[in-house]
Amino acid sequence: MENLNKKKFKSVLSEDNIRNRINKLAKIQNINKWDLGASSSNDVSAQVYKGEAKQLKASQRSSITIRVWNKDNLIGITSTSDLSDAGLNRALESANQASKYANKEETPEFSSLSKSKVSEMNRPIKELQGIKFLYTKLIEAEKELLNKHASIIDVPYNGFSEVEYERLYINSEGAYRYLNNTHSSLYLYAKAQEINRKPRSSGSIKLAYGSSDIDIQSCIDEAAIKTTKHLDYQPIKTDKYLVCMMPEAFLDLIEAFSNIFNARSILDGVSLSNKDSIGNIISSPLLTINDNGLHKSNIGAFAFDGEGTPTKDLCIIRDGILESFLHSEATARKFGVLPTGHAGLGAKGSVSPEWLVVKRSENSSSNYEHLNHKEYKGNYVLIENLNALHAGVKASQGSFSLPFDGWLVENGELISIESATVAGDIKDLLKNIINIEKEQIITHSGISPYIWIESLSITGEE
Amino acid sequence: MNAGADLVEIFIEKADNIGVLAEQDIITSINPSFGKGVGIRVFSGPKDGFVSTNDLSEAGLRHALEQALGMLDLKPINNNRTSFNGLSAITDYGASKSEIYKKCPNLDESTGKILEGTSLISQKGKKIQVRRGTYSRTTQEVIVASSDGTFARDIRLYQSIGLNALALDKEYRSSVGRRYGSTSSPNQLFEWNIDKSVDEIVESANKMLYAKYVEAGQMPAVLANKFGGVIFHEACGHLLETTQLERGTSPFKDKINQKIAHTAVTAIDEGITENAFGTLSMDDEGMPPQETVLIENGILKTFLSDRAGELRTGYKRTGSGRRQSYAFPAASRMRNTYIDKGIYTPNQLIESIDKGIYCKSMGGGSVGATGQFNFSVEEAYLIEQGKLTTPLKGATLIGEAKDILPKISMCANDLDLAAGYCGSISGNINVTVGQPHIKVDSITIGGR
Repeated sequence: MENLNKKKFKSVLSEDNIRNRINKLAKIQNINKWDLGASSSNDVSAQVYKGEAKQLKASQRSSITIRVWNKDNLIGITSTSDLSDAGLNRALESANQASKYANKEETPEFSSLSKSKVSEMNRPIKELQGIKFLYTKLIEAEKELLNKHASIIDVPYNGFSEVEYERLYINSEGAYRYLNNTHSSLYLYAKAQEINRKPRSSGSIKLAYGSSDIDIQSCIDEAAIKTTKHLDYQPIKTDKYLVCMMPEAFLDLIEAFSNIFNARSILDGVSLSNKDSIGNIISSPLLTINDNGLHKSNIGAFAFDGEGTPTKDLCIIRDGILESFLHSEATARKFGVLPTGHAGLGAKGSVSPEWLVVKRSENSSSNYEHLNHKEYKGNYVLIENLNALHAGVKASQGSFSLPFDGWLVENGELISIESATVAGDIKDLLKNIINIEKEQIITHSGISPYIWIESLSITGEE
Repeated sequence: MNAGADLVEIFIEKADNIGVLAEQDIITSINPSFGKGVGIRVFSGPKDGFVSTNDLSEAGLRHALEQALGMLDLKPINNNRTSFNGLSAITDYGASKSEIYKKCPNLDESTGKILEGTSLISQKGKKIQVRRGTYSRTTQEVIVASSDGTFARDIRLYQSIGLNALALDKEYRSSVGRRYGSTSSPNQLFEWNIDKSVDEIVESANKMLYAKYVEAGQMPAVLANKFGGVIFHEACGHLLETTQLERGTSPFKDKINQKIAHTAVTAIDEGITENAFGTLSMDDEGMPPQETVLIENGILKTFLSDRAGELRTGYKRTGSGRRQSYAFPAASRMRNTYIDKGIYTPNQLIESIDKGIYCKSMGGGSVGATGQFNFSVEEAYLIEQGKLTTPLKGATLIGEAKDILPKISMCANDLDLAAGYCGSISGNINVTVGQPHIKVDSITIGGR
């Protein structure tokens, strides 16, 4: 059922209820300054295996994170899933105790924007369809995917889920933020194998506001095409190659090195940038990157961050020049700017990107306009997905060595690569971007065109 | 049970955590958290439904049970029934551990110890610009009750200490990290050998600062003991869990009693080594752990199994049903997993190689859906004419478990274990990895 019918959403988090209880309990403990973030969710998910529902799951969970400032204005924090009065009382006590060990050199304050206007989200609230709907549709999808190609022998990883959730931020000075939302996800990851050949696998993920809106057919089709396209694989010779990164791969890489534009990382000394890097050329002038958590394609968008700061569209890199850092309240104060809506709630608030939007810089030109993955007939490596980023990225050093799924493209023909890694340095990679295609592709984690990089080391399994 | 379920299991959990972060010479974050919740799992034939909640009111629990039953098209016949008489007398593994909380370090002691670590790095490592120390402690009280009579309680204590350092000199950078973990050992922090840990980190960071990038290619490798075992854990251990058999993703599915590794390889998973990070008094399905020989002299002997694994694959439970918290159904997971010691000295392995790579310290890694693995190497050296020479960085080990196991031709006599966290289907759990120094005759090294 479309839409905006908030009455359909069973709310667990009531501002008045939580504020009144915290006020009462804080007063007893002589705590005058506090803020909190609370969340609650109700989710259902299904996995299937060979025509049968295999594991069906549901959960109802709530949690709260409370920060308090003691009489010396030092901060302490505690999280709990116990939202009873006893639980909240203990959380306040625990946070107060933690504040005695707080960092005197950096105390977060309330965000100066925690009461400013937030953007209207106007996202549809969808009714949960229930577990039977999920596993019935998933069984049908599995069957259709298995029938797509004789080589597809299994769909070992699959899942269909739906969730309704709400999130609240309030503080002792009257700030109040609330958001509720629903979303659903479907993933199908198939395994295909031909006689005397190694198994190959790939898949597809689709997101929507509700499970009845998920484009199941395109998920099936995409999983089948991506898997079977890798069936006829060959080893690749270790060498340096012209590389074209598909949108998901490039977004994953940029996010893994987001310390470049993360003010928290800069203050912690683990960024590749420093406080004075704004205005520096850090990439090819073809590259422009925004972070836009409010983008209409971001299904899981939040209108505010963990500190209550509104989410916004922020340009990070424009025409290859570093334009802005991502900030929390504390980092923004140190840099003399406003917070940007990228903070978590913490004694030392974390900072992270929300939804990266990569595009080709306006009015830019390239000497390599002929590099277009749909037309170019020369030889290059097309990288579809980067894997194991948690292990292969040395974010504070700038280096990466990552396994990938992709193709060696020769004269327009795609030859799946058996097994290989791509290695390099992110600073060099950004400067070696020689073309960015014009078409922006929407993925489940951001938006990016195909990106061409001049020369990257690739190791094959020989 | 009157609804027609084959088995109903209830997992009740109360957890307390504290996390301490020290940066340079300052405590920058203390993160306490606590909570409780219940996971209810219902089996009917090969299917199961699982519901978790932290609404512990009667209405909340009743709703969760009905939801779990409803997933399997089952309905309780008598909603008013409030008791079940089929439980065995409780097996209370926690009875002897109730004082464990009181022996743990308090905040003054834990923050003081971690700051001692970061301070010592500064004194010993002049080029180290960024220093971090972490300490985390989790106490978890659990009760498992199942309709087959299982009724057990345990109290768990997990502690871990981490140190990280980033060395800088002009354009050169190196980063090194180490983690130390224990279970049921409240004195771990007090007994921690800070000097030894700091020496190890500083030496590694300094050597890697000016290291050359490794040249990619195929070559023999010696992998060091302790955390070197992460490769066996990730690349092979997961494929020996019945959850992988259920999915059809293990290449070892039909290989029981067949040779899958070199005869030098015997691999074990157990939950009983005293204080090791993956040690348990009982698993999360109430079963005591055991020593499970997975591979013996190269021959595959069995798989790690939990309740669902036994039901769906026929392999007997091994006390390996584990989960991060009440929010996850248990799954077959590793505990303390290692390749057993061999007969050689570590030097004999290195001396047997003309040109190859010595991987002294491993970073993280991953295994793809079809068994390919990739692991970054944090600290490596070139082996030339049987000797360690140039420090190398940027190396990645690439391969497939079924191809690499037959190539582990030599195991040294220095088996040792290292603590780690494993993320998989039932969440993040504490585990131990381990091995002696091992030699792999040929492996693909990714580099530049």
